[in-house]
Amino acid sequence: MLLTIILSILALSGLGIILGLAIGFVSKFFGVATDPKVDLVLELLPGVNCGGCSRPGCADFARALVAGEASPEQCPVSSQEAVTQIAQLLGMTVGDLEKKVAVVLCGGDIHQTKVKTLYNGVNDCISAMQIAGGPKSCAYGCLGMSSCARACPFGAIEMINGLAVVHNELCVGCGVCVDTCPRDLIKLVPAEAKVHIYCSSPEKAAVKMKVCNVPCIACRKCVKSGEEGQFEIKGFRVEVNYDNFPGEDIVEKSGCPKNCLLTTAQHLEIERNADKEENAV
Amino acid sequence: MTQEAMLNMLELTVGAMLVYNFVLARFLGICPFLGVSRKLDTALGMSAAVIVVMTLSSAITAVIYNLALKKTFLIDGKEINLGFLQVLIYIAVIAALVQMVEVLLQKFSPPLYKALGIFLPLITTNCAVLGAVMLNSVNDRGILESTIFSFFSALGFGLALVLFSSLRERLELATVPRPFQGMAIALITAGILAMAFVGFSGLC
Repeated sequence: MLLTIILSILALSGLGIILGLAIGFVSKFFGVATDPKVDLVLELLPGVNCGGCSRPGCADFARALVAGEASPEQCPVSSQEAVTQIAQLLGMTVGDLEKKVAVVLCGGDIHQTKVKTLYNGVNDCISAMQIAGGPKSCAYGCLGMSSCARACPFGAIEMINGLAVVHNELCVGCGVCVDTCPRDLIKLVPAEAKVHIYCSSPEKAAVKMKVCNVPCIACRKCVKSGEEGQFEIKGFRVEVNYDNFPGEDIVEKSGCPKNCLLTTAQHLEIERNADKEENAV
Repeated sequence: MTQEAMLNMLELTVGAMLVYNFVLARFLGICPFLGVSRKLDTALGMSAAVIVVMTLSSAITAVIYNLALKKTFLIDGKEINLGFLQVLIYIAVIAALVQMVEVLLQKFSPPLYKALGIFLPLITTNCAVLGAVMLNSVNDRGILESTIFSFFSALGFGLALVLFSSLRERLELATVPRPFQGMAIALITAGILAMAFVGFSGLC
């Protein structure tokens, strides 16, 4: 009995020593030294693996940074301080970068835009668009299947009344949602630009007005009341020029007849209250 | 080859892969089966890692079993068999082996390390790996037999994982009733898949 116990202890400790030596030997002679900078950079990165830098994850981006294949400002999520810290760590200089946020340029929720069909298929914008162009009458508006909201790693997109609305305080401007919209409604704009024209339809005003209560009819009231170059006329619609965007007072000054020129706060307010009215009735 | 040897070979290959599938008939390795089956890519990576680790660890532990644990030593006039230590020894050997394989892969084949790297530590002491090793000892298999059995068992594991992850990718797009969403429908799917594999029983 005693002999068995002693032999077991000997066998196991012998095995432990042999295996330990083997691992030590292998990692000593075959180990690959990783750059300690990679770990330091990785700690400074947000670590949410959003893919905004077009790399598989933050670890890959950190490796590319240390290898000099990328520059810190390519991470759209990192704050200015984090970017500066990373740059200092790597001995680089960075220019000032502008914080961007996403905006969904459509105001056509289920109360404003007519619904033409009852869609009962896969809950995905691309699938919905392939079936008779989606449930809404406007062929250029938000489909409301929340593909972008699901894609957002930060939960910054809310679906209100079948319309995607971006919460600016949560949005970091990674741009993941931009590619998910089959109608190209989502744009990355400077965070300072608070006024948007919530319509992306290139159709004629008469056609748009038949299907939607809040289209841009290109009346140019905003263009006239704003300074030169603050708006761009694109066919049958007007777009805010995000290189030279107007201040928030433009909404009052222009008196948009269709209520599609709004600040982000007003837009959110309208969508929230539309829901309440619906519930009250 | 005699008929008996042929039958034995059939059991070690087809039997290990389909009839006594590790996940769907023996219910070993359920954790990675449910954990990494959400995407086909990760399922493939995990399957490859399991194949490598299972085959290697079975080969090494079969050597230990056949040369040391199986034998009875006569020391000081007493018969001593260390077979009761096998679980402890196997776990230590498998864990150390995976560590070494990881370091060696990183050195000699960075692309392979990138593909398998994150999965290797996950299956160090996975019950499917230990299960294959223990089954070899319990059935008193030789070194070559053990290696063949483990390789095909791991293939079977990979097959189940790939099938299941493809099913789950489809399920992502299906309209599932609310109470069944997520893990519930995944488990039901796994059950139906296991029932399908029962169809192989009696094959050998």
